[in-house]
Amino acid sequence: MSNRISTNVPLDQQDVRLKHEQGLAGTIRAFWVRVRTGDLGSLPVVVGLVIICSIFQYLNPVFLSSNNLVNLLFDCSTVGIIALGVVCVLMVGEIDLSVGSVSGLASTITGVLWVSNGWPVAAAILAALLTGSVIGLLYALLYNYFSMPSFVSSLAGLLAALGMQLYLLGNTGSINLPYGSPLVNFGQMLLIPDPLSYALVLLVGVGMFLTGYRSAQRRRNAGLSAPSLSNLLLKAAITIIGLGAIVFYLNQGRGVPWMFALFVALVVLMNYALTRTSWGRAMHAVGGNREAARRSGINVRFIYITAFVACSTLAAAGGILAAARLASSSQQAGTGDVNLNAIAAAVIGGTSLFGGRGSAFSALLGIIVIQSIASGLTLIDLSSSLRYMITGAVLAIAVIVDSLARRSRMSHGRA
Amino acid sequence: MPTRPTGTRTPVLSLRGISKNFGAVSALTDVDMDVHAGEVVALVGDNGAGKSTLVKILAGVHQPSSGTVIFNGEPVTISTPSVALNLGIATVFQDLALCENLDVVANIFLGRELSPFRLDEVSMEIKAWTLLNELSVRIPSVREPIASLSGGQRQTVAIARSLLLDPKLILLDEPTAALGVAQTAEVLDLIERVRDRGLGVVMISHNMEDVLAVADRIVVLRLGRNNGVFTPDTSHEELVAAITGASNNAVVRRAARRQQTDVGQHHP
Ligand SMILES: Nc1ncnc2c1ncn2[C@@H]1O[C@H](COP(=O)(O)OP(=O)(O)O)[C@@H](O)[C@H]1O
Ligand SMILES: [Mg+2]
Repeated sequence: MSNRISTNVPLDQQDVRLKHEQGLAGTIRAFWVRVRTGDLGSLPVVVGLVIICSIFQYLNPVFLSSNNLVNLLFDCSTVGIIALGVVCVLMVGEIDLSVGSVSGLASTITGVLWVSNGWPVAAAILAALLTGSVIGLLYALLYNYFSMPSFVSSLAGLLAALGMQLYLLGNTGSINLPYGSPLVNFGQMLLIPDPLSYALVLLVGVGMFLTGYRSAQRRRNAGLSAPSLSNLLLKAAITIIGLGAIVFYLNQGRGVPWMFALFVALVVLMNYALTRTSWGRAMHAVGGNREAARRSGINVRFIYITAFVACSTLAAAGGILAAARLASSSQQAGTGDVNLNAIAAAVIGGTSLFGGRGSAFSALLGIIVIQSIASGLTLIDLSSSLRYMITGAVLAIAVIVDSLARRSRMSHGRA
Repeated sequence: MPTRPTGTRTPVLSLRGISKNFGAVSALTDVDMDVHAGEVVALVGDNGAGKSTLVKILAGVHQPSSGTVIFNGEPVTISTPSVALNLGIATVFQDLALCENLDVVANIFLGRELSPFRLDEVSMEIKAWTLLNELSVRIPSVREPIASLSGGQRQTVAIARSLLLDPKLILLDEPTAALGVAQTAEVLDLIERVRDRGLGVVMISHNMEDVLAVADRIVVLRLGRNNGVFTPDTSHEELVAAITGASNNAVVRRAARRQQTDVGQHHP
């Protein structure tokens, strides 16, 4: 190389054209550059969430009370898990419009098998989940072998699943799940004991620090640049204090729901799968450039199968939890705004509709935004008609932000 | 120049009677080609001659309509790109097959990640830098998405990618088309180094200088058919004649005109 290489410069920072941001100020500057070029990440959501919370808190001081927030987390978990599945199909550049009715069908299957037919609850849940998987598999096969666009197959699926749900419920119309059963308790009142909740927060912070430290050390040993110890400590400290404060506040009310913990655990798991496994790489690649992925030897059809199956299975899981939350499987389960909310949550959270970009955490962030709006509007006594309109508008705004950010990224070479 | 094995051993790759139809268009008709280990075969021909189609058949992107592919003495069916990769055929496509949303490391290792259930990013990044430094590529950061790179930088990433797997045969479809002078020289050097390691190389290029500089044999395609095999001591004119299909073509006429004006200027 013609430009002089000094030996103590890390291997990945030797190019003279590369700007190196150092220290805290540098980190902030680099972040600002990313935002300006359209690499927005989760910034719009966080800003939006702050605005939404401020408005509702101003309109009704109950909004930010711990117990209202605890309820909000219960409500987030069910649709949030559905949104997590939607992230998977959006990642490969497809869509599933039937997640709502698949969740409704799963809720119905659980009720019918468990309560009406006396199956063990675990078997009923498993059957419901498997039904979801089979539906996803069907979409994937239609897509792979008949090139059926996923919005068409899933629209057909929406109607079919709804029909199945109504058929299974018959003229009973609704099945009540027994109060006091573990499933209903899980959906309505199981909370993490306070000490355990703090221990979990600590575990998250320490775990983050340790993995960060280990990888930083490996990078440094290999002659690559790595974040400094103080940087890692700062990050861990902010995480522990931030999460700790939130958990403390929630513990002033009823506490942190186990169901929400399950949702977050699934998000973390999915995040790992999407970012740290070759499956996740393949998902990004197929969504970004399907032909390039194929030529790299990736089994593109298999990736579509996993994406659709993951989506429908998670939709079914969300439906089962929704049944637990309501203690019933009814004709209304999965109808109304469930579908739109789940898809909107994924998009609002920052997963692109154009494929190849997104994160499991967008389901978490997005659903918190959606549920905050729903909860706030309920608190100020707005009818559901207005709620639908406002949620629709929020989705439209999120899609506009997504499109504008994409355009900006393209002109700044960030894909 | 080291003495290289010639036709005595079985070729790495033999094509016999390869044809490919796209609907009514016969992109390739009855094409034969041999590539030996440690040999650079240049595949030349005019636009639309079917060069890229031939490469895509070998890469498993397209299926031949008829004909046989013999790899290492065995007839093979290259039904998918991963079959080609597993055989040891690496390809740099003319229409670059990179994912713009992924960074350089992810693209180089796409489909071949180290430890699939717990990606080894550190080893992959180091290997990526090693490959890129071998190619004397100047890329500011391997953690930027491909979208932020220039055409030439992308080209070198694609070449680095093809070398990752230690293939037996490398197919390069116009690898120097987007490159600057220095980078082109680097790629030609690299092709020679790869050949000296005993790999078979198929290179497509429109640049006759490059072709004559590195090729051991030159296979000419014209309108999807074989139109002769030449050695690098063939004259430029002869090659052009084979490519365009006539000794009286635009290139020759132009050269003749040049000479006349030169002569005219010397003797007013
Ligand atoms: N995917 C395709 N579908 C239809 N026709 C194609 C396709 N790919 C190539 N062809 C046709 O095959 C012929 C050869 O193309 P190609 O192999 O790209 O030529 P080149 O020698 O310039 O690389 C052209 O006539 C082109 O139109
Ligand atoms: Mg071509």
